[in-house]
Amino acid sequence: MGGKKGIMITGAIAGILAVVLVKSGNAGNYGLCIACFIRDTVGALGLHRAAVVQYIRPEILGIVLGAFLMAFGAKEFNVRGGSSPFARFVLGFIVIVGALMFLGCPLRMILRLAGGDLNAIFGILGFVSGIGIGIVFLNKGFSLKRTYSLSSFEGYLFPAIALGLLVLLIVRPAFIFFSESGPGAAHAPVVLSLAAGLALGALAQRTRLCMVGGLRDLIMFKDWHLLSGFIAIFAAALAANLIAGTFKLGFEGQPIAHTDGLWNFLGMALAGWASVLLGGCPLRQLILAAEGNIDSAVTVMGMAAGAAFAHNFGLAASANGPTANGQVAVIIGFIAVFAVGYFNIDRSSDIKVKGDAKLES
Amino acid sequence: MNLNQVDARGRSCPEPVLLTKKAVENCTGGVQVIVDNTTARDNVTRFGKNAGYQVSVEKSGSDFILTLTR
Repeated sequence: MGGKKGIMITGAIAGILAVVLVKSGNAGNYGLCIACFIRDTVGALGLHRAAVVQYIRPEILGIVLGAFLMAFGAKEFNVRGGSSPFARFVLGFIVIVGALMFLGCPLRMILRLAGGDLNAIFGILGFVSGIGIGIVFLNKGFSLKRTYSLSSFEGYLFPAIALGLLVLLIVRPAFIFFSESGPGAAHAPVVLSLAAGLALGALAQRTRLCMVGGLRDLIMFKDWHLLSGFIAIFAAALAANLIAGTFKLGFEGQPIAHTDGLWNFLGMALAGWASVLLGGCPLRQLILAAEGNIDSAVTVMGMAAGAAFAHNFGLAASANGPTANGQVAVIIGFIAVFAVGYFNIDRSSDIKVKGDAKLES
Repeated sequence: MNLNQVDARGRSCPEPVLLTKKAVENCTGGVQVIVDNTTARDNVTRFGKNAGYQVSVEKSGSDFILTLTR
């Protein structure tokens, strides 16, 4: 599964699953979206009260549990953390503010384009620009510093929380909110969503599928490997949408989308820049967190907090377009990402390479 | 044999690859890279092969020692 074939198959499966989930009840072009699904889940927990986006998304829980089981089985469950955890929390928060301006994480961005939503083009242009800016920082020596080994218990907490949320989804206690209308009420059967998540989580763990990594590696190292997964998602979802009759080309009237090109661009530029500093897209952060990467677990918590704030403060865009609060938040986000980037440039990075060390061969 | 040595343990993607790239640019021989996770192992291996190096991987405790030679 390590080769290009593996990642392309994973991407193709993700693209097909996304369309199957839409046909089975999820809202349009909303088969898979890590940012939106985290937002829906924190809404279900009552951390924000936007009544139309509250549902514990089984896809997210499945991705975490699938990746955890796969990592554990493959002996890749490796508990580590300590690489600037609070900066990662802040970056995770900002990724979501940007993603909810555009209305989708990088994965949904591709799925939107594959559904014919041309607004996604502005998102992709912004995303590439944000990654480009982030790469400038990486090339100048940006680093969130190294990780350290931690106890196994620390690593089990994140998948345990996913399992706990699954119990809450099944038991449906009165204190959990479930949307009665809107995108939160539109969902595939729990078993199907969970199974899709488990499959995607397991495959993405093996292949390291990552939207941000794909473009980053292509720009920095001329390496197409990860991007081939990204392209496979697009191609498979496009074909599946055409077959399923869910392809609708145009800018206007697209599901859970707005037509403000500038803010679609800026939202994804922010998400791309913050994600490249984090080392991976929201999907990749979930997978890493499930593998025992505590820094990614903290990042996911930052994303959850960002999603809650985004709706409590009216930052998230809607089909009507961006809000003024959201525009201010995105601008503040750019300043904050710049600060995180600038102050974490290791100006002594050249001494990391020890020249001509004697080694026995 | 003189090799540039890179300690990329604890570094997350893409730093191990960046450090390796800097090291190969700075030296004409080979480079030895120490990483502590499989993602970094795979990424550095792929980078090395794409850059025309032969890459050998040796497990050392919980770390991996990768040797890139032409």
